Amino acid sequence: MGKVGIIGVGQSNFVRGYAGSIRELAFEGFKEAIEDARIQTKDIDASIVASAPEYDKQRSPAGVIAEYLGLVPQPTFYIESICSSSSMALRVAYSMIKSDLHDVIAIIGFQKMSEISSSESQERMGRGADIQWESPFGTMMPAYYAMYARAHMAKYGTTGEDLAKIRVKAATYGQINDKAVYRKPVTMEMFTDPESNMSATVAKPLRVGDCCANADGSSCIIVANEEKAKAMCDKPVWILGLGAASEAVNMAGRDLLTGLNVAIEAGKEAYKMAGIAPKDIDVAEVHDCFTIAEVMAYENLGFAKPGEGKDLIASKETYKEGGIPVNVDGGLLSKGHPIGATGGSQIRTIVLQLRGEAGEMQVEDPDVGLVHNIGGVGLYGNVTILGR
Amino acid sequence: MEMSLSWGGEKMAKREVDDRFRKFGTVSFTAITKTNDFISYLEKGKVMGTKCKDCGAAYFPPRSDCSKCLQSNMEWFEVSGTGRLLSFSELKYGPVGFEEDLPYTIALLDYGDYKVFGRISKDIAYGDLDVGMELKTEFTTLPNGQLSYVFKRP
Repeated sequence: MGKVGIIGVGQSNFVRGYAGSIRELAFEGFKEAIEDARIQTKDIDASIVASAPEYDKQRSPAGVIAEYLGLVPQPTFYIESICSSSSMALRVAYSMIKSDLHDVIAIIGFQKMSEISSSESQERMGRGADIQWESPFGTMMPAYYAMYARAHMAKYGTTGEDLAKIRVKAATYGQINDKAVYRKPVTMEMFTDPESNMSATVAKPLRVGDCCANADGSSCIIVANEEKAKAMCDKPVWILGLGAASEAVNMAGRDLLTGLNVAIEAGKEAYKMAGIAPKDIDVAEVHDCFTIAEVMAYENLGFAKPGEGKDLIASKETYKEGGIPVNVDGGLLSKGHPIGATGGSQIRTIVLQLRGEAGEMQVEDPDVGLVHNIGGVGLYGNVTILGR
Repeated sequence: MEMSLSWGGEKMAKREVDDRFRKFGTVSFTAITKTNDFISYLEKGKVMGTKCKDCGAAYFPPRSDCSKCLQSNMEWFEVSGTGRLLSFSELKYGPVGFEEDLPYTIALLDYGDYKVFGRISKDIAYGDLDVGMELKTEFTTLPNGQLSYVFKRP
């Protein structure tokens, strides 16, 4: 059985308040991927649609979107693992191609978070946790990650200043990513300036500057079997490793509070499948929904030892010129986080990097890249390793 | 609470619904669970978990079914003594329905065999909290009349 290659990638601009419907939003990422792959819609023999359903007014969006994109009568269906939905869809597409069921599959991730109000959105974010035993206490995503941050600070001495450095790096690249929702610079001083919004507390110790923004957006990844990928594409990017894991939804069911066990488990599986080690990764996209999430990702993926994530960012090793560039497209912090589209956007960035087409964001000659995409507060984890 | 259903104009028989769980927390998102006795114990001032009679696994939050041995023979035990504070966070923004509670601090206590997730009592200042300190879990009635528990100094 041959390899599975990525032959086309696309992404809409990530924006606040998209002026269109979900099908029109999905069209943007899809069109770019089709043009990138230089294929026609009829070349795709199945599609997988990924989003977090609680933001959709449309029931069962897969069929609606597939029809709008001209992908009928080919089969289409829906995959959901909250924020890692499109990475999970890539995992499913991989297995469908490896099993010879399909040759070419489009993975369409989207989220129009502005379908509902910001407060409704926050209420739904809280319900990504245990609605029976935790949501009645008034939990929210930032507060859960804040608990991880507090535990990490207590055990390893990580500080708010360390976390601010993650945001400053993200903003460095967000400014040169024309698809990002947040394109302004962020400085360390903003985190200590009471006049700056960046310093305002959301859930202690996390501040506005530690949190990514909601956004509307879509992404599309087109994958093909080895034969078709080679025939259709000059520079296919190969899926070398896939890892996925799950964890107790309830914080009370978790043993590790200074890292995400799903990232450790999914990372191990992906490295093993690819036959490589963390030192072999040339460029990475990690799920920085909050600054602490990126610090933990460094440690959980083996880029740094536990507790030494703060040293990796302090030494600027995760900047574009460093030993292991991470989120040099601005990450979720600057790009924004349209839940179902995020994984596909991360994969797109790594594909462009491996093809040498990342423009101003390009790192020097990478061969192997990694995508770390987390669903919920470490409820689901997907790690994908890609190579030239 | 009684519930009546009608279908095509034909009145169906009324049935009793055990929705005690709607009383849990500032806003409860579910009303019906086999662990509803948790609420009746709370009404008596007791915070209870469940323990599997077959394999001895202890669960908090309580479960009706044991994922270790797949049996459903549970007995209730009281969360007693103190737990070690593993982490905490004070929220300045809350979800819909929690606005009047703000600010509040969520936290996780480690009791060894199990952990308890909840809120820190308002009588402990945020600045006095430290990871590693010992706290106890105590029943509380919320200002809106709902039932819950909080973490307090032992």
